[in-house]
Amino acid sequence: MNTSTPVWQRRTSTQQLLRWFAWLVFVAIFVACFMYISNRTEWFFVFDGPRIAADIYNRATPPRWSYIEKLWEPLWDTLNVATIGTALSLIFAVPIAFLAARNTTPSVTFIRPIALLIIVASRSINSLIWALLLVAIIGPGILAGTIAIALRSIGFCAKLLYEAIEEIDHDQVEAITATGARRSQIMSYGIVPQILPAFAGITVFRWDINIRESTVLGLVGAGGIGLQLQGSLNTLAWPQVALILIVIFIAVLISEWVSAIVRKAII
Amino acid sequence: MPENTRSSNSPPGSTPPNDVIRQWKKPPAIERPWLRYGLLILTLVYLFFSLGSYDVNWSRVAEGMERGWAFVKAFANPDFTSRRTDFIEGMTESIIMCIASTVVGILISIPIALGAASNLAPMPVYLFCRAIIALSRALHEIIVAILMVAIFGFGPLAGFITLSFATIGFLSKLLAEDIEAMDKTQAEAIKSTGASWLQWVNYAIQPQVMPRLIGLSIYRLDINFRESAVLGLVGAGGIGATLNTAFDRYEFDTAAAIIITIIAIVMVLEYSSSIIRRWVQ
Repeated sequence: MNTSTPVWQRRTSTQQLLRWFAWLVFVAIFVACFMYISNRTEWFFVFDGPRIAADIYNRATPPRWSYIEKLWEPLWDTLNVATIGTALSLIFAVPIAFLAARNTTPSVTFIRPIALLIIVASRSINSLIWALLLVAIIGPGILAGTIAIALRSIGFCAKLLYEAIEEIDHDQVEAITATGARRSQIMSYGIVPQILPAFAGITVFRWDINIRESTVLGLVGAGGIGLQLQGSLNTLAWPQVALILIVIFIAVLISEWVSAIVRKAII
Repeated sequence: MPENTRSSNSPPGSTPPNDVIRQWKKPPAIERPWLRYGLLILTLVYLFFSLGSYDVNWSRVAEGMERGWAFVKAFANPDFTSRRTDFIEGMTESIIMCIASTVVGILISIPIALGAASNLAPMPVYLFCRAIIALSRALHEIIVAILMVAIFGFGPLAGFITLSFATIGFLSKLLAEDIEAMDKTQAEAIKSTGASWLQWVNYAIQPQVMPRLIGLSIYRLDINFRESAVLGLVGAGGIGATLNTAFDRYEFDTAAAIIITIIAIVMVLEYSSSIIRRWVQ
């Protein structure tokens, strides 16, 4: 016999073939996508990119540190947009979450789909698009930014919250119901204590994301430090841009740190 | 904890001996009273100052309500046709950018995730990979896109690079956490057979993290699509440019059409991702 001892293979040959075929399709799609992008690109500019990047870096350093005096107020605005926006969104997200959760919704066939649609609509629209819309409607300023943040956060918070509500322990709810409690009492003694940690965690998590998002809302005129960024970019004041980017970076790191501490304290 | 408190308003007729009713009260969420009231006061002070810094032009807002209503009405009859070419062009560009950047993002983030897992990588590699992840997560997509447009020029390539970069931060971080939480016995078993490092990763680690990697990749595809819709605002390709123009010209029916399409695509992606994730696990 010239066949040596069979070597162990992870998959049968049919499986292997199918896999190769799937990979082939996958690669073909990717190449097609890349060709499309490549056709729309001026490669001449791209090859020039490293030189331009070096040029921008040279112009941007050193950052104009004295500009920081003009950044405190926009930073305060950014913080407010994120915080008040998060608070505002929770006012709407909590009832929507209760309407969307299978075990608390008043009607699975009618109200639940509507609540889910609200959640998906809010989640799929980026806060910058909401801001764009609100600036067109109520004019530029931090009010537009706050509402934009709130609208985007409703879906996020409501989704995570309704998932938390669906995962609660039903024995506790049953125990409260057995005492003859009203619906509102079941809610406040059976359900709310169970989801409170999740609720707090979600809030802080979203607040952290919102700080990051509100730093760029100014690009479309919705207030905050993004406004300064836009102004500096338009006037090609690269040292100011550098400082603003550093400030944003630090602000985001701090907010992430705060949120991590709070979440650890809760759990 | 003030669990038992003396109730002063005992109902008549149910008076027990000694005239004492011990009634249970829900314990407060924060046990320490000074912390409880301190936080409350801090919140109120913060609200006072932050709301005070809002400078709202109410007449402008009232003026805008009409426009807001026009926008809501536009959702009833969205206009898909009048900007047909821009619309189709922008949507295709968004979808293509999102697919290409997700693929490249995943390919780059796998080695970075291996490097950012503390049970796999030596300290210097670990720190380097973690630094890349932190940088990618801290910079908002739009800011990266502005820089990329400045460096590589307008067009979808800038958006593609931006989204790939953003994918790295997201995917590597979560994948590294999954690798760190893996089952060590399997890794040890493979290692004891005398496997090389590559074989070890391929047979001990990859099967354990694969379901999570696929789930995360599809989730990221969904995020990248949503993000690709705004990159056009800064000239990095995609539907955002058309959307911006529509808002600037107050063409709310076109804007509504674009938004409805985005929502529909996100819903399809979310639905298919839940199916694929169930199929993988």
